Amino acid sequence: MSQLEVRQLRKQWQETLAVKDISFEIAQGEFVALLGPSGCGKSTTLKMIAGLEDPSAGSIHLNGQDITHLPPGKRGLAMVFQSYALFPHLSIAENIVFGLKARGVGALERDQRLKRVTDLVNLGDHLAKKPSQLSGGQCQRVALARAIIAEAPLCLMDEPLSNLDAKLRNEMRVELRALQQRLGMTVLYVTHDQVEAMSMADRILLLNQGEIAQCGTPNALYQTPENTFVARFIGNPPMNLLHQDRSMLGVRPEHIRLAETGIAADVQRCDYHGADTIIDACLPSLSQQLIKLRLPGHQLLATGTRLNLQWFSDDQHLFCNTTGQRLPDYAQPTLTTHSLIQKELHHVTQH
Amino acid sequence: MNRLNQLYAWLMLLPALVLLLAFTHIPALTTLWHSLFFPARGRRPSEFAGLENYRSMLDDAVFWQAFYNNLWYAIGTVPTSMGLALAMALWVNSKISGRAALRLAYFTPTMLPMIAVANIWLFFYTPEIGLFNKLLNSVGLSGINWLGDPNWALPSLMLMTIWKEAGFFMIFYLAALQSLNKDIYAAAAVENASPLYVFRRITLPLLMPTTLFVLVNAVLNAFKLVDHLFILTKGGPNNATNLLLYYIYENAFSFFDSNYAAALTLVLLTLLILLALVQFLLIERRVHYR
Ligand SMILES: Nc1ncnc2c1ncn2[C@@H]1O[C@H](COP(=O)(O)OP(=O)(O)OP(=O)(O)O)[C@@H](O)[C@H]1O
Ligand SMILES: [Mg+2]
Repeated sequence: MSQLEVRQLRKQWQETLAVKDISFEIAQGEFVALLGPSGCGKSTTLKMIAGLEDPSAGSIHLNGQDITHLPPGKRGLAMVFQSYALFPHLSIAENIVFGLKARGVGALERDQRLKRVTDLVNLGDHLAKKPSQLSGGQCQRVALARAIIAEAPLCLMDEPLSNLDAKLRNEMRVELRALQQRLGMTVLYVTHDQVEAMSMADRILLLNQGEIAQCGTPNALYQTPENTFVARFIGNPPMNLLHQDRSMLGVRPEHIRLAETGIAADVQRCDYHGADTIIDACLPSLSQQLIKLRLPGHQLLATGTRLNLQWFSDDQHLFCNTTGQRLPDYAQPTLTTHSLIQKELHHVTQH
Repeated sequence: MNRLNQLYAWLMLLPALVLLLAFTHIPALTTLWHSLFFPARGRRPSEFAGLENYRSMLDDAVFWQAFYNNLWYAIGTVPTSMGLALAMALWVNSKISGRAALRLAYFTPTMLPMIAVANIWLFFYTPEIGLFNKLLNSVGLSGINWLGDPNWALPSLMLMTIWKEAGFFMIFYLAALQSLNKDIYAAAAVENASPLYVFRRITLPLLMPTTLFVLVNAVLNAFKLVDHLFILTKGGPNNATNLLLYYIYENAFSFFDSNYAAALTLVLLTLLILLALVQFLLIERRVHYR
């Protein structure tokens, strides 16, 4: 039985429909990322699950119990806020045990749990300090500790790492994931950062304008995007979408390689990123459409240089021109340009 | 460079400094000087009195009555109006319909001048035709001579003051409440904290800086605001509503003893400074400044 079940959840403010009848489930111990661009309804969904916002329609079940209309405190879940939401006038220790005190947990048990949790998140030396005396990363740990100590069946997190700098964010990402696995926490994690979602989550729920664009493992979203939105959202730089007569052909920049023969492309500009170079090129055979490709190392290619591009047919995606939905693989039209590549690619040993 | 900066700083401060000296500090010093003399009577120039004015204050029954009146007045109005202000602010800050109108309604008494307020309340308190007595009569109780009865006069003034001050203090509490982070309330809600618990552990401590500010102002006002006495009681009956500042006014402009008034002024000033110091020192320790 799944831990959290969300059915046909909807949120409407006057004319804005922020969340459009979404349904999903989260299993015990699973780490699910709720991913999507800004304003797509991630926070709204999370708040409805937490009980901080009333749903317009739909239901929420946690461990089989209908919690749709319960007050937040009675739902048995913990939450980490983007702003940390620490109590500025309370010490770190008081902040962490706030919920236990409010629930009337005895002093002895409170101290034991505090000790255990502060050891987990490495806060032992700071218990007497106030939040204003801690760094951003430490505040983040306090917020995390406050959520962990509740030992709630479900932990909600709303962009918990977005206020940290890039280096700290990477470290915390690893730490958070390790902690989640060690404690077997069930987590619903909101983020707009695809790297966070890809690297931490067991499953990603990609939201677009209040609707689920795709739900699956990070690999599934990367390998078989259901539609052009997913294709463009996952991956950096995003997947190239080339317009053809009846469909769109998608191929990721990192899957394109140079060869003796293949589709001709003229270099427009090179963007050096250190480990690799992103090259913008236009395709004369496809009415000068732009394509991006990623080549390893520092590539200095003069504008106008003629390249020949190839990719494995496995790495090629087709989408419907009108709906943007993925076309089944057997429906791939055999255009002359591609058939050439496909034939050619049979000679390349597969990885 | 540093010297030039200093010069600039002093030049910038000069206008304010001149005004402050001319209208605050020098008058305070002349008041001190003034309080050491007997008043000039007829042709006789004023004589040096030393601390005589202060000594006679100790024997002045009216002074002591005004002092205790003022103390009761402060004790009666400050906590009540602050508590009321906080309650109103909490209510007006919650999600209720028509809260803008409600806020305005609560704030209206503050916008009225004290004299106007006193005139309105004079109508409420008038023995025969006053609103309060009419209400009492309508439920079969006999009316009270609100302002004429020495037992009722001071509480009547207090009631009016609370009505006037609470709305003013509410504005400060409301501003403070609105600046509080909404997320910490969401966090508290997720932790299953009851409204009372949230108020006690979060709202009240976070409002402490505002409370201190309001408290200092409220106490100062309790000793400073006497406009309504001119309309309502003139300190009577039998000095039952005489307050320190009003007594100073009486001495200076009714009894023409400006020297004694100067001595009284200094006592009041010292009292206020002490009160402010005590409040800051006592409460500062419990205040959390962000
Ligand atoms: N209280 C509200 N009243 C009206 N519309 C709202 C309200 N809160 C959110 N919205 C709208 O709902 C939509 C979704 O908002 P939401 O905060 O869930 O976005 P989000 O996915 O969390 O974005 P971000 O990544 O920027 O946090 C937005 O278009 C927003 O304008
Ligand atoms: Mg958000």
